[in-house]
Amino acid sequence: MTATLDGDGAAYRRLLERLSAHLRSYYRGRLARAGRGAFEAEDLLQEALLAIHTRRHTYDRAELFTPWMYAIARYKLIDHLRRTNASRGDVPIEDADELTSHADHDGVESSIDLGRLMARLPARMQRAIQYVKLDGLSVAEAARRAGMTESSVKINVHRGLKAMSAAIRPEGKS
Amino acid sequence: MKTDELIGMLSTNVETVDRRQMSRTLARAIVLGALVALAAGLIVLGGRTDVGGNAALGFTVIKLIFAMTVTALAVFYLIRSARPGGSRRSSAVLVLLPFAGIVGLASISLAYAPAVHSQTMLMGDEWLECLLSIPIIAVVPFALVVWAVRQAAPTHLRRAGALAGLVAGGLSAAGYALHCTADSLPFVAIWYSGTIMLCTLAGALLGPRLLRW
Repeated sequence: MTATLDGDGAAYRRLLERLSAHLRSYYRGRLARAGRGAFEAEDLLQEALLAIHTRRHTYDRAELFTPWMYAIARYKLIDHLRRTNASRGDVPIEDADELTSHADHDGVESSIDLGRLMARLPARMQRAIQYVKLDGLSVAEAARRAGMTESSVKINVHRGLKAMSAAIRPEGKS
Repeated sequence: MKTDELIGMLSTNVETVDRRQMSRTLARAIVLGALVALAAGLIVLGGRTDVGGNAALGFTVIKLIFAMTVTALAVFYLIRSARPGGSRRSSAVLVLLPFAGIVGLASISLAYAPAVHSQTMLMGDEWLECLLSIPIIAVVPFALVVWAVRQAAPTHLRRAGALAGLVAGGLSAAGYALHCTADSLPFVAIWYSGTIMLCTLAGALLGPRLLRW
């Protein structure tokens, strides 16, 4: 994690991949215990990954990483359960098995649509995220192409991801 | 969206993280909140003009020390509570320390004072003004601190809200102390503590709504 806070993308990718394996089984287990369908796990996992990313400045390097990460995971789980309390139909046990059996790697599709999430952002944030995070352009390149300053590109990426993290929660009772 | 798409997106051109970002945001909000509270005490209400006397100066200093100790302890625990899982390892009972201190001092001064004075010492002429001023002055600092905590990631919202209320109440009491002419320890023990606790309670009630992320 420390390496990733300093901007090591490859290390960050490996970290997120490992985390998502842990979190997937964590959420599956918890959702099953709460009597929910495991299909919600992938949504929650993605919500948690975005939260971990946009709030990573709150990780204190002097502390252990795992408790920090699970505190976020638990917070998002409780928030999710509260929000969707009894508002979703339960999946019968027989079907749940089928849903989970082939859904245990990062190729799994969640019900979250990246395109729709992006479409809700202001145009500047959309462009900044598209260039820097999806097309993989350097910040300097993205700034040239979007006609913004470099710091404005960075700010728009940052704010955009935060806005996506907030928008990922489906509307429900609070 | 597939999870590996998301991971790919998040890890592309990942930005370095400023490790002081959180404390800087919080510090900015607290300093700004303190300035607002000071301005409210000195300019809006008007600073006390009788601080020439030793007694008046002494009481003002005691009030300020009390309010600032409350604030400092609350800030210490708030920084912890603003991080995920940060509130689990420590109970925040220490925030009660300044309150216990002022109540202790007030009891001593009541015990040594003639009984006829106790009514004035407890109520003063300004209790209503104090009861209203401290919570009202606290509104702006509270909003600032809540804004700062929202940039972090509290996972125990009620507690983080209460601590934000306590910080705001402490700052507000410090500002009000510059105006307040009720020079008695029992007055401070009852009305300052009471109003600061009101702010804390309000924060605890509002926390879960205001701090969700």
